[in-house]
Amino acid sequence: MRRFAELFFSFFKIGLFTFGGGYAMIPIIQREVIDNRHWIEQQEFLDLLTLAQSAPGPISLNTAVFVGYKMYGYRGALSALLGVILPSFLIILVVAIFFSQIRENAIVDAAFKGMRPVVVALILAPILGFTKGLHWTMISVAAVVAFVIWHFGISPIYLLLAGAVGGALWVAARGKEVKR
Amino acid sequence: MIYLQLFISYLKIGFFGFGGGYAMLSLIQNEIVVQNGWLTNAEFADIVAISQMTPGPIAINSATYVGYSVAGFWGSVVATISVCMPALTIMTLITRFFLLLKDNHIFKGIISGMRPIVIGMIVSAALLLLFPSTQEGASFIDAWSWGLFLGACYLSYRKVNPIMLIVLSALAGIAIYYLPTLIA
Repeated sequence: MRRFAELFFSFFKIGLFTFGGGYAMIPIIQREVIDNRHWIEQQEFLDLLTLAQSAPGPISLNTAVFVGYKMYGYRGALSALLGVILPSFLIILVVAIFFSQIRENAIVDAAFKGMRPVVVALILAPILGFTKGLHWTMISVAAVVAFVIWHFGISPIYLLLAGAVGGALWVAARGKEVKR
Repeated sequence: MIYLQLFISYLKIGFFGFGGGYAMLSLIQNEIVVQNGWLTNAEFADIVAISQMTPGPIAINSATYVGYSVAGFWGSVVATISVCMPALTIMTLITRFFLLLKDNHIFKGIISGMRPIVIGMIVSAALLLLFPSTQEGASFIDAWSWGLFLGACYLSYRKVNPIMLIVLSALAGIAIYYLPTLIA
């Protein structure tokens, strides 16, 4: 029982101190899991991280699951997962409960009017980095995808499936990796 | 049956949430704003802002928030658990079959094929907020909005911390939209 608690609290700590999510979490997870606890080897962590990034779902969740599973199987995965989601669950629950009460407040309303356009900028910010080194055909595909989802309200799920099938067929036909 | 709807929506979001954080926004937006109308576009932008200031991934944050606002405490529990379930199952399988997948060409092809889609999804999330189909619940309301947007684009290009940008924009919002009402 104690080992599950250790896993739970380690990931609780990780969940509590990672703002902004995603890649910002990785160094923190690395320090806790590799340097402090020696739960997993550096190389193995990096290899699994690559897969965690290609799997669906938030990186932090995926990392918690693979570290937990690697250590104590399914129950380990569950303990680490619960640990990493609980802080955000509790915090957002409190926010949701109180937000509806202060939402109509003039100052809060003004603050959110200021924040909304900036959120859009933050969403767009990583795009430049992502397209770097990508072939122009792939960039055109991305542009068409963006237009189709935005203009027709089509669920991105169908496009993801199409991309997955297309990528698999391409590799099967050419016998090598898709040009990036 | 609202719990079932929340369960299915967030299961889909969890299952198809490739590309992490911002790519999932498009999926969340499609399910929550476009398909089910649980939130307006502006409310969706508000959650993204809140999510930047609180710890944890946006998928979890939005699940808890939307679940609570649609169906109370149990709604938030249902949505949060269902968004985690795919990650739990899929990552367990991946960890178990790690060596098989590591150098598999088809697997790599699938991942590379989804890459441009994921980029397009991120852009579409921004487009929907920039140019919504209805003005009700729009994120851009006047010239100030565009000024803040362009300023934030420049500052995030210069690698200014996103949390800092959110806090600054909240202060700017108060200065632009609240302070003048005091004088008037």
